[in-house]
Amino acid sequence: MLLEITGLRTYYRIGRDCCRAVDNVSMNISKAENLGLIGESGCGKTTLAKSILRLLPRNAEIVGGSIRFLGTELVDMDEEDIRRIRWGQISLIPQSSMNALNPVHRVGDQVVEAIKIHQRMAKNEAKRRVEDLFGLVGLEKNRMRDYPHQLSGGMKQRVLIAMALALEPSLIIADEPTTALDVITQDQILEELTRLQLKFHNSIMYVTHDISVVAERCHKVAIMYAGKLMEYGSVSDVFTKPLHPYAIGLRNSFPSLRSKSLISIPGSPPSLLSNEKACRFRQRCPLSLDICSEREPTMIEARSKHFVACHRCNETEILTSLEHDREVWQTIKGF
Amino acid sequence: MNAIDFLRKDKFSLAGVVILVFFGCLGLAGPLIAPYDPWYVNRDKEGNPLFLTTPDSTHLLGTDNMGRDILSELLHGARTVLIVGFLTAFIVVFIGANFGLLAGYYGGRIDSILMRITDVVYSIPFTPFIIVLVALLRPSILYVVLALSLLMWRAPARVIRSQVLGLSKRPFIKAAKVSGASDLRIVYLHIAPNIMPLVLLYLATNVAWAITAEAGISFLGLGDPGLVSWGRMLHLCYMVGAIRVAWWWLWPPGICIILVTVAIYLISHAFEEIANPRLRKR
Amino acid sequence: MHQDQPLLAIKNLKKWYAVRFGLSSLLRPSEHTYIRAVDDVSLDLNRGEIVGLVGESGSGKTTLGEVVVRLQRPTSGMVLLNGTDVSAIRKDRLRRYYRDVQMIFQDPYETLNPRFTTAGTLDEPLKIHFNLSDTDRRERIDSTLRVVGLDPPDMFVDKYPHEMSGGQRQRVAIARAIILNPSFIVADEPTSMLDVSIRASILNLLKSFKQNYGVSILYISHDLSTVSYLCSRLAVMYLGKILEAGSTDKVLQDPVHPYTKALISAIPIADPNVKRERVSVKGDIPDALHIPLGCRFWPRCSKAEEVCRKEEPGLEELQDARTVACHFAV
Repeated sequence: MLLEITGLRTYYRIGRDCCRAVDNVSMNISKAENLGLIGESGCGKTTLAKSILRLLPRNAEIVGGSIRFLGTELVDMDEEDIRRIRWGQISLIPQSSMNALNPVHRVGDQVVEAIKIHQRMAKNEAKRRVEDLFGLVGLEKNRMRDYPHQLSGGMKQRVLIAMALALEPSLIIADEPTTALDVITQDQILEELTRLQLKFHNSIMYVTHDISVVAERCHKVAIMYAGKLMEYGSVSDVFTKPLHPYAIGLRNSFPSLRSKSLISIPGSPPSLLSNEKACRFRQRCPLSLDICSEREPTMIEARSKHFVACHRCNETEILTSLEHDREVWQTIKGF
Repeated sequence: MNAIDFLRKDKFSLAGVVILVFFGCLGLAGPLIAPYDPWYVNRDKEGNPLFLTTPDSTHLLGTDNMGRDILSELLHGARTVLIVGFLTAFIVVFIGANFGLLAGYYGGRIDSILMRITDVVYSIPFTPFIIVLVALLRPSILYVVLALSLLMWRAPARVIRSQVLGLSKRPFIKAAKVSGASDLRIVYLHIAPNIMPLVLLYLATNVAWAITAEAGISFLGLGDPGLVSWGRMLHLCYMVGAIRVAWWWLWPPGICIILVTVAIYLISHAFEEIANPRLRKR
Repeated sequence: MHQDQPLLAIKNLKKWYAVRFGLSSLLRPSEHTYIRAVDDVSLDLNRGEIVGLVGESGSGKTTLGEVVVRLQRPTSGMVLLNGTDVSAIRKDRLRRYYRDVQMIFQDPYETLNPRFTTAGTLDEPLKIHFNLSDTDRRERIDSTLRVVGLDPPDMFVDKYPHEMSGGQRQRVAIARAIILNPSFIVADEPTSMLDVSIRASILNLLKSFKQNYGVSILYISHDLSTVSYLCSRLAVMYLGKILEAGSTDKVLQDPVHPYTKALISAIPIADPNVKRERVSVKGDIPDALHIPLGCRFWPRCSKAEEVCRKEEPGLEELQDARTVACHFAV
């Protein structure tokens, strides 16, 4: 097992309030396996990714749970050791990568810099490494001397991929790798990542709101909502037969070339500041009952290796009716 | 988050505002609570003028070389200072903001013309200009205000213009155009409210600045001789050579001027954060 | 006003921006380089139709939308609304134009004035165009808020933008666009910055405008999936030109232009059991200053030949009202 997250809790302190960005989330990634972490804005997925690499801002803290990488616990590791893991073993392609490059330095130098920070290497050796990397990601070697503004969005993204691959990590976390990219470029970049994966045998965690990317590129999927894990299992299980009302709602509302009708989920995500012992999705859920306001559902293995956190996950007939019935979604009591 | 919330949270700028408000109140109420007429030559029981007396129970801050009560001078001076301060600040910000709004929104030729005028004004050195202007005209408080405000609007003009340049490109301004709003309506109803934090801060800092500038002018002897002001108190104290002797004459107006200057810096600190949203904690 | 005349007719529209490069402009003052953002585009939109304008970055679709709404003036060509030339409207008559034509912008966090409450934002168009009493205005605001799904209106009228979510802000922006009962709306990527679960409701809202009020919409987007959901017809733009146009269903089922094929094939499918066939495209979109000579797509096209490098193909009409700009369209 490459990465094992168990019961992770990461909270933010905002003034006197406590924001439960990641609340008791567990998931695993094996070698050469891809996991898609799906959720909308504010669900905690970026916080989870940053928790793994300990890149959290000052007012955030991992208050509980464990993150084991190849058996070693990361949560209580000290800064020195984490730095060796960072980039060497686990690397990150950050969100909003258009802005992740320093505009006043040449891109080649930035990748060299990234290498030298995390590993002892002579400058020339690092430069040669970067040349190879640029070739790998489909960039011409002379691009190393360019400044970020001379590169297109897709090229900048390739530089960041090169940076993430520089030390041949076993796990790459790609945080919204394709937002702000054109459709064709997006496809090219994802193909690139997949191709490089065949060469390096690394695992990728795709943190995204785009369920179609996950459907195509991942083996496993974890769906987060308001800081909590709602459903978790293999991509084929979860996509073919989703069990959580949120997952079903998400699928219904996601426009695709074939969809003839779109059913939206009414309302908006709840504030992460509250600490009520209830299901976080209940106000937007067409299936909510009293029990959903009284008790938080626990994650159970509803089917083999298919986990879901819902009090009513076993009522399959009701769930099938949710799939395409617009009326069901539009008459939710919460509103 | 608006300016008021911000000030409440930042202790430094709060202190600055408190100081300015205190002096504002002093300016308003000063002459009413002053124990003596500031021009009156105070005498003792024998009828001898009380020249340069140290502070005592009858004259809390002592008297100057002509026997005038320093505390009363200070309090009356506060009003002069206040008038000059607020009037100047208002004129400066009025001209500067309008220049900035119109230049930033319209761009093109209007921008060029307005900014060339601003450039010319920028090239005029401050103190020589004041000296020449006041020397040519009568030394009166109105001319002092004029001299101060004719030059100082250049900085707000430039800064507000750059803010407006950015604001004009934003979608909600495009939306205002598509709603059918006329240009002037957009400038004054849609854009102006968004530069208010900057305007208010320029107002506050210019009040404080004008006060110290007036003190400087009066100290140079170019101020209105018919009005009491802190600068004039320092001017007289220096001219009669009492500066090394009469600490009670020198310190009160000096400290008041310093306090007001400190208030500028405290508020400028807030100015930077309000004007640059990235410095703010979101 | 003829009934069979299209509501909006864009004819040979060009929008070029002059770019001058420092010293070289001193040495050769007559040589301007141009960014040809919109380069000879013709498009019709009929009453009650939703037409999609699809393109990636640099395609010129946003610029086209802004020219239609008179936020920018065309360099050449015409935009006719109900037969009237939009760019010829004098500034004092422009207000009347904006009663019929409105625009929705992409970024919900920038589309509202941060200093205005919802009521303030919605009051503006009413105050500018009509002379209504306070109560009448308030009534109209309330009913419009209900139409866009912000119900009860009282909960939203006094809120500032920063007190509302992205989806709610976009709804207020849509309310602002429809409060004057326009006949035509330009929607520039209204959902691309919204969460997935909110996107669907906004799309359904736009659909309802067409169905219930007969509003015509020019829907601009890079996302073919949302375009396929909303639009009966679409046009594909690339570097300022339309490469293919026709009925949405037919274009998606049977694309003719290699770029359209590549675009469609690049969309990931949210079904793990379906494999898609990728049409490969070389390289990246060139920047607007260096539009290739001949067919602007030839450097990336797998079918490019000699003629493509030399001659720019015009839009030719094929059967079924399909137009394609490609030498090998037949």
